[in-house]
This record gives sequence, structure tokens and C-alpha cells, in this order.
Amino acid sequence: MTIFLILILLILVTVSIWQVTKILELSQSKEESTQVADDDDNQMQGKLMFAFLIFIYVLTLFSFWRWGDVLLPDAASDHGPEYDNLMWVTFSVIFFVQTVTQAFLHYFSYKYRGNKSRKAFFYSDNDRLEAIWTIIPTIVLAVLILYGLYTWNDIMFVEENEDALVVELYAQQFNWKARYGGKDNVLGDANVRFLQDFDGKNLVGIDATDPNGLDDIIVQELHLPVDKEIIFKMRSQDVLHSAYMPHFRAQMNCVPGMITEFAFTPTKTTEQMRMDTDVISKVRKINEIRKVNSEELIAKGEEALDPYIFDYVLLCNKICGASHYTMQMKIIVETEQEFNKWIKSQLTFSQFIQ
Amino acid sequence: MDKKSADFFSIYTIIYTDMLIESANAHEDDHEHHHKETFITKYVFSQDHKMIAKQYLITGLFMGFIGIAMSLLFRLQLAWPEKPFAIFEVLLGKWAPDGVMDPNVYLSLVTIHGTIMVFFVLTAGLSGTFSNLLIPLQIGARDMASGLLNMISYWLFFVSCTLMIASLFVEAGPAAAGWTVYPPLSALPQAMPGSGTGMTLWLVSMAVFIASSLLAALNYVVTVINLRTKGMTMTRLPLTIWAFFVTAIIGIVSFPVLLSAALLLIMDRSFGTSFFLSDIFIQGEVLHYQGGSPVLYEHLFWFLGHPEVYIVILPALGITSEVIATNARKPIFGYRAMVASILAIAFLSTIVWGHHMFISGMNPFLGSVFTFTTLLIAIPSAVKAFNYITTLWKGNLQLNPAMLFSIALVSTFISGGLTGIILGDSTLDINVHDTYFVVAHFHLVMGISALYGLFAGVYHWFPKMFMRMMNKNLGYIHFWVTAVCAYGVFFPMHFIGMAGLPRRYYTNTNFPYFDDLANINVVITVFALIAGAAQIVFLYNFIHSIFYGKKTEQNPWKSNTLEWTAPIEHFHGNWHGEIPHVHRWAYDYSKPGHDEDYIPQNIPLKEGEEELQH
Repeated sequence: MTIFLILILLILVTVSIWQVTKILELSQSKEESTQVADDDDNQMQGKLMFAFLIFIYVLTLFSFWRWGDVLLPDAASDHGPEYDNLMWVTFSVIFFVQTVTQAFLHYFSYKYRGNKSRKAFFYSDNDRLEAIWTIIPTIVLAVLILYGLYTWNDIMFVEENEDALVVELYAQQFNWKARYGGKDNVLGDANVRFLQDFDGKNLVGIDATDPNGLDDIIVQELHLPVDKEIIFKMRSQDVLHSAYMPHFRAQMNCVPGMITEFAFTPTKTTEQMRMDTDVISKVRKINEIRKVNSEELIAKGEEALDPYIFDYVLLCNKICGASHYTMQMKIIVETEQEFNKWIKSQLTFSQFIQ
Repeated sequence: MDKKSADFFSIYTIIYTDMLIESANAHEDDHEHHHKETFITKYVFSQDHKMIAKQYLITGLFMGFIGIAMSLLFRLQLAWPEKPFAIFEVLLGKWAPDGVMDPNVYLSLVTIHGTIMVFFVLTAGLSGTFSNLLIPLQIGARDMASGLLNMISYWLFFVSCTLMIASLFVEAGPAAAGWTVYPPLSALPQAMPGSGTGMTLWLVSMAVFIASSLLAALNYVVTVINLRTKGMTMTRLPLTIWAFFVTAIIGIVSFPVLLSAALLLIMDRSFGTSFFLSDIFIQGEVLHYQGGSPVLYEHLFWFLGHPEVYIVILPALGITSEVIATNARKPIFGYRAMVASILAIAFLSTIVWGHHMFISGMNPFLGSVFTFTTLLIAIPSAVKAFNYITTLWKGNLQLNPAMLFSIALVSTFISGGLTGIILGDSTLDINVHDTYFVVAHFHLVMGISALYGLFAGVYHWFPKMFMRMMNKNLGYIHFWVTAVCAYGVFFPMHFIGMAGLPRRYYTNTNFPYFDDLANINVVITVFALIAGAAQIVFLYNFIHSIFYGKKTEQNPWKSNTLEWTAPIEHFHGNWHGEIPHVHRWAYDYSKPGHDEDYIPQNIPLKEGEEELQH
């Protein structure tokens, strides 16, 4: 059906292009054209340039009106609002410059469209103007650079401390695992060369001779206590992956052969996030789409889709192979009590390999 | 250096320059006396820069159509994920069982689309075509400094295209690790089928491509420095030549580094070294690699990869400068500032590569340094954009298709460039890195802009290349459909990127989180399909005009640069008799005190006429 629609669309486009050419050709003078734009062309193309400016504005407004709600999901980490502020400041600068420069560019293209009776104004240089539009961008960028670097330092420089929870994110084609340090909150040494020990039960390659590793806990679902700093240590066993947690404004590549780091403090539990009005409307929107899709599936005799419930996600954001698009892990942010209860119920490494 | 050796050095330079000039003059005798050329020497192994330019253009366009067609295929998959399409069955065969695209071939398509568009179309097709055509013609030279090297450079490019196309037909499929081919994914056939023979061919093809582009770049630099006609000082060069010249220098500086990255990757793949690999367990097996780092590869790749962006965009901006000034019938505003910003962009472009690696595991301090240098690039870019806009102000704009594409280039260069302020800021990059936001950004700022530069160049210099004019009405239709669709494709794409959708996902409906983006993807694909169809209009116009276009006048756009003083018909050596001498800069349009609104560079100054102190 879609193929049919596309074919019809393509045919219509072709026919209309053909017709428009005919009209343009007929509307031009009978003498053979030199194929250089004449005054009539300049008139028409100049006006179209102005129409194009309106098109750009309408497209912008339409996009924000129709799709504005998908921009930047709500932030749920303590540096999230900082990140968002910087984003909106930068965004307003960009938006302003875009609106103004596009207006000048297209308006001039319309206003000064060519005409045989006119001559262009010979104007080749103006040091003052040049200085103005070198200095103003310099100042604006200096502010953005300083603001950006200030925030960057704030986010990226991880200080090891007693209070923080250390979690390892372990990536492999095509799934994630997480490792907690257990009672001592210290991750045991690990290397891919231990992966085959204990009949393959050594899921992330812990060095069994390191006592720190015995109480480590390896899970397939990431649980985080709210309002506690989490220091992530990332590893990969095969190719590059990237641990991307959009709600926490967090991302770091996982590189085989080295341990990378990222730290943040989650500020909203999954439950709190589910009560957020934006999230509720997103979930409703997605479920409406899924309902329609399910009806199609049922008509074909297949199973309906499960309704969507909001959860934080950890995505792989670095191409890692054929099933890259499936590689993700659920993140559950909960109160400290809930977290402690959950982690107590998990098997430690030494229990698991028994 | 003592005085004696300094003397020797300068004498040597003079002799060498003389030799070049003599060899150029020798061409002059050639065309006058014995002009017997066979089909092979004229059309195939030609050493004439004009023929080589056409060879580059046609090869580049051919590759371009493959690249664009690939993007349409994967756009279909993205809009209607895992739906069967008859066209997939026809084109992809075993890679689309029952017409449903396989995830591996999806990744191959995005990888080869990127490779072809960046290197084969926008590097070789754009810079190769117009540097070859315009450098000798606009500086007043008989040909390139070395016609032979120039010919070899084209044929190496041809070999590299052939290898890349051949890689599409290997058993396990072509390279699929993304156009950046980061190891270990690209190094290990166990990681994905595309990293087998397909990847080997990709690397060999790129190595040959680099050799080709280095030979070409050296030739451009030597030609611009040594073969300018009398009176053509560096400050009288058209901005096209400045752009090609500086582009060639960036190429010489950065392409060798990509070659070393490719060679080391070949070593890791085939000879068991560990430059980029360490501690790998895959398919139930621990590999022997120890001590390498994929981050090293990223540094080497982006040391070329980022300057490459400017290798692509600078020639397009050069073409735009020329086309805008000619069609605005006005001097380009701020010639010196334009040259200075080209130089500043070129310099900065070689020290910003780390902004592709903010979250690669590189030290965050290094990230701050790269944020700083990256955002600085916005300054010369802004100067260029403002100068273009001022050039339009109070002009007498002749809105030919080439002019429309040039204006649109400025528009997309601004829209795409501005989002670079977000991506170049290490902090903001955290959440949009590797999402569709990046895809939207670079497609507008260097993909679409450079393509517009290519189209502007083709429409403008078509009469010089093929002695006929292209049809303007078809040109207008091509332009408007393309311009509307380009924004239609890439503007909404920013939204799905900001929503957090990672790029290179085979589908975004595997889990429900991104379900609400599906309709935006449909909109994007519909625009992409229409834009693709519009290129058929261009193709038809291009081919039809080569054979049946209206015969051109010598200077159809009433332009000042030297190529329009050369006779319409092509012969090796460009000008009959003496090469014209240059008496003024290239932008004396609508100069007061003259009847015509243009004064070609070879017209001497009138008595009492002031030469501009530009």
C-alpha cells in the first residue's frame, strides 16, 4: 500500500514538474532564450526567495508547535538543570541569530532582485562593519565558552569519595550488565581473560583472587538510590559502546582495554518521574500510537503490543554491530530503603559461582 | 643558512620555476603546431586539466547518485521499519529476505553512503572538478604544473571508486562499521560480517583515494604558487582560487594522518598487531591483542576527519563567493576579511578534532581545550556569512540557478553552523552526541551546503566545461524542490535528535520509548524521496544540455575572471597566442565611471582610475 502511495506521489511530482516547466517556457518570450536570467526571472525568483523565508519561519514554528514536546526529556539528575540552562541559553542565542540572518539574506535577495535599469552599488569594504561583526560574535562566544567550560568542569571532574556508590557498567554485544561493589563498595579487579572461568559464570571477568571482588553483585537491571552520588566505571569486552542515559544528561563511551568514568546524582525516583505531567502526556501519546499499531497486528492475527509504562533507560549510543538498536537496560531509581532491600536480595559473585 | 647556500637555494628556486613556466609555454607550441590527439589521449588518459575536471565531475556525480540512492533506501526502512518493499528485494537481493531490509545491510548502507558522499562526491567530485577546471583558467596558466601527475591522480581516484563499488558485491557485504570505521568493530570480522573482506576493500580503496588526493593537492599548490600570469598577485586572486589553494594545503597536512590510521588498522586486521586493540573477548574467545587503544584510532581519524569537513566546505564557499559577486554585479564585500577568514578557518580546523571525542574517555581537560578552539571557528565563519549578506545588499541580483544555490548555501551554512555551537560545547555534547541532532547538524552545514556549492559550480561553469548552457527553468525547479526538501528533511531531524534518538539505529521501534518519533521519521522520509526525485531533473538537464543545450557565448554571465577570456572551444593550452595579463582584482563589478557593469581582470586601468586597495 505504501509503495503504491509513494509511486503515485512520485508520478504526481514528476507530472507537476513537467507541467511547471511547460508553463514557465510558455510564459517566457518567444525568442529562443539565452538561458541567462532576465528581468522576468529575477522578478519571479526574487519573490520566491521571500516566500522561502516565510517557509523557513513556518517550518520552524510548525515544528516547535507539533514536536516541541519531544525536545530534551525532563532532567532527573542534579546537574541536569545546569545542563538544561546552558542549553536554553545557547539555544536562544542560536534562535535569535538564525531568525535575523535568514531574514536579511532572503529579504535582500528579494529586495535587490535584478533589473536592467538599475546598477549595483559599488561597495567593497568597510573596516568598521567588519570590526563590528568580528567583535560581537567574539564576545558572545567568549561568554558561551566560559559558561560551558564552567559547567563542564562541574560535571566531568569526578572526585572519589566515601559517600558515593560505585557502579560498573559492563557492555558487550548486545547487552548491558551492572556490577556493584557489595558490602565494601569496592569493585574487584577484572579482565576479559577471566571470563571463561567457572564455566562461563564469571559474567564480567572478575579476578577471583582479589578479595574485593567476592562480594561484588552483578545484575541485568540497574537500580540506583535517589539523591546519592553514583560513580560509574565503564568497561566493554568487545567493541566500542556508549552508555547513554538521556534523562540524566549522562553519556560516556565504553572502551575495550580501559575504564572510563562518569558520575551523577539521580534526583527523581522512577515513581516520581511517572507522576510528572510531561511524562504522563508522553506515555499517553505513545500508548495511543501503540493502540493503533496493535489493532493492525490483531487484524493480521498477531499479538497486541504491551502498553508502555515509563522507565529510565540506558541506551547504547555507539554503533556496535547488527543488533546495536536493541542494546539497552532498564534503570530503576528508588529510595535508599528500597534500594538496600533490593541489593540484599541479589546473589554475590562468590554465591553465584558456587 | 650561510649566504652562499641561500643564494644557491634562491637560484635553484628560480630555475625550477622557469622550468615549470617553460613546460607550460611548451604547451602553447603544442596546440599551434601538432594537435593530433587520439581518442585515448583526449578522452581517457588526458593530461588536459579541463578534461580531467570533467572526468572528476562525471565520476563524482555517478558516485553521488549511488550515495543518494542508498540514503533513500535506508530512509524507507527508518520511516516504515521492517516493512517489506519490492525495491529492497530487487536491489538488495539476499540482504532483504522477503523484501525486509536486514540490519547488517542497513548499517552497510549508512556506512557506504557516508563514505561516498564525504570522500568521493564532496572531496573528489567537488574540489577535484573545480580545482582542476578553475585553477589554471583563473590564474592564467596553460595547464596544471604537472599534467601527468594530474592524470595519475584522476585514475587513482577512479581505481578507488572501482574498489569501493566492488566492495558492495563481496559475499559478507561491504564495510558496515559507520563511515568512521572505529576499531575494534571494524577490525574484527567476528564483530560484524561487514568487517571481513568488505572492510579490507574499504581500507585499500581509501588508501588509494588518499594517494590520489595528495597528488592532486600538491599539484594545485605548486600551480597556484608558480604559474600565475603576469600581474596576478596573490591579492588579486579570485576567492575561488584562495579557497582551492588553502583546501589543498589542509589536505596535504591531514590526509597522510588518515593514511597512517588506515595502515595501522590494516596491520591490526591482517598481521596481528595491537595498535588499536586490547583486552577483547568475542564469540566465546579471548583474543591475543594487548595494549592498544581505540582512542588512538579516533585521534588519528579525526585529525583528518575534522579538517576534511573544511576540505569539503571551503571550495563550496569559494565557488559561492565567485557566483554571488558575479550575479550580484557587486564586488565581494571585504575581500581581505574573506581571505583572512579562509586562512583562520584552515588553521583552526587542524586543532579542533577532539570535539568529536568529548565522551570517548579522553581526559576532560583536553575536552575543554577543544571546546575553546572549536567555538573560535564560529568567528571567521560568522564573518564570512555576514560578508555574503552584505554583498547582496544594494546589488542588482541576477537570480540564475547558480546564484540561487549560492544564496541557499549561505542559508544552510548558517542554520547548520549555528547548531555547531551546541555540539562544539563539550557540556552540551554530552546529551546530543551521536544522536540524530549531529546527523542534522552536519548534513546541513557541510553536506547540503557543499552539495549546493557543487550545483552552483556546475550551473555556473557548465558553459565553460561543455560549451553549452543548461536549461534555466529545469534549474529553477531543481533548486526549489531541493531547497524546500533539504530543510524538510533536516529541520525535523534536530527534534528527534534532541529527544535522544541515537543515530545508526536500524529502527527506533524496537522498544517503546521512541515510538512517538515514528511520525517525524515518516515526514523526513517523504521529503527525502521528493528531494531524490528532484535530482533526476538535474540529471536530465545535465545530460540533455551536454548534447542539446543552447550554444554558449564566450562570457554568458558577464564575469570578470580570466576563464571567460579564453575561447569557447577547448584545446590544450587554454589561450591562443599570449596568456592575458592581469591589471586589476576580480571584483570590479558596477565600478563607477565605467559603462559596463563589469571589467574583466585583463583590462588595463583607465588613466587616473584608482585600483582598489583591497
